[in-house]
Amino acid sequence: MHELGVVFHCIKEVNEIAAENNVARVNSVTIQLGEVSTVIPELFDDCWNWAVKKETVLKDAKVHIERVDAITFCEDCKQEYPTVKYGKTCPYCSSLNTYLVQGNEFLIKEIEVVDNPPAGDGK
Amino acid sequence: MDEIRVIEIKKSIFEDNDRDADRLREDLRKKGVFLLNLMSSPGSGKTTTLIKTINALKGQLNIAVMEADIDSDVDAKKILEATGVQSIQLHTGGMCHLDAEMTRQGLDNLDLDDVDLAILENVGNLVCPAEFDTGSSKNCMILSVPEGHDKPLKYPLMFSICDLVLVNKIDVMPYFDFDLALCEKYIHMRNPKAQVIPICAKTGEGIDKFAAWLKDQVKKWKEN
Repeated sequence: MHELGVVFHCIKEVNEIAAENNVARVNSVTIQLGEVSTVIPELFDDCWNWAVKKETVLKDAKVHIERVDAITFCEDCKQEYPTVKYGKTCPYCSSLNTYLVQGNEFLIKEIEVVDNPPAGDGK
Repeated sequence: MDEIRVIEIKKSIFEDNDRDADRLREDLRKKGVFLLNLMSSPGSGKTTTLIKTINALKGQLNIAVMEADIDSDVDAKKILEATGVQSIQLHTGGMCHLDAEMTRQGLDNLDLDDVDLAILENVGNLVCPAEFDTGSSKNCMILSVPEGHDKPLKYPLMFSICDLVLVNKIDVMPYFDFDLALCEKYIHMRNPKAQVIPICAKTGEGIDKFAAWLKDQVKKWKEN
């Protein structure tokens, strides 16, 4: 629902990393997106493609989205199950004493960059 | 040919906002200003609740209000007319939430000298505002009776980040089959630490309890 907002945050973060690493261009950004992260990959993709056009270092950067399955752990029967199918209630023992192990990730995993040519002789 | 290399990052996209939010919280603590982030669905009664509560706290706390909406300034005007406290309208430009930077910009437009309590009325939305730390001292949300007691199950993140849940419009509870006990149970499933106060902004019921909660929080904030 707030894909554009998070795209702006993501671009800001990548710009900072690019500046720290003195890169000329960012070719691609890989995002890890949990199944229950509330961000819709297709919309994120659209917002990304619109927003990077206004950028410099990031102008042609593609975004790759890796999905992370949502898994919940039941503290009573100590089993894991898929969150999206069963929600908060454990399908094995009907306990509500469960927590999300993974699936709400929203991480910048890595970026692929082209470096600036090394600065001439000394400074 | 340009050489391509991969930089591994593994950083949360919310990290820069979280950093901004922590910085803002620290700045506000130094100034002695308690910031309440008030969230809810559209139409749950945020503005009415604020008006009643601000008037109940007259002479006890100095209050300033920021109204965040996608458009219009009806809320800020309403607050100013009904309470006389400093009130400004923030436009999010279509954005569904406020982040820490937008909150800081809003606060910059308020005169915070002598203010004890700044209230941010976030965009009416139970999804997005929960993802973005605004830098507030505490988070509070309103769930109104017509929305149904099952909302903590449907919007778990919002309920899990709130310190206080106000259940508003309790005067119409009989007409909506709203089960307050069940609602509290669902809230505590998501967030065992959340406090719940039933209120009715229209009749004023429970507003004294919310006002007392605010006074207590502001006091604790200033002591730290």
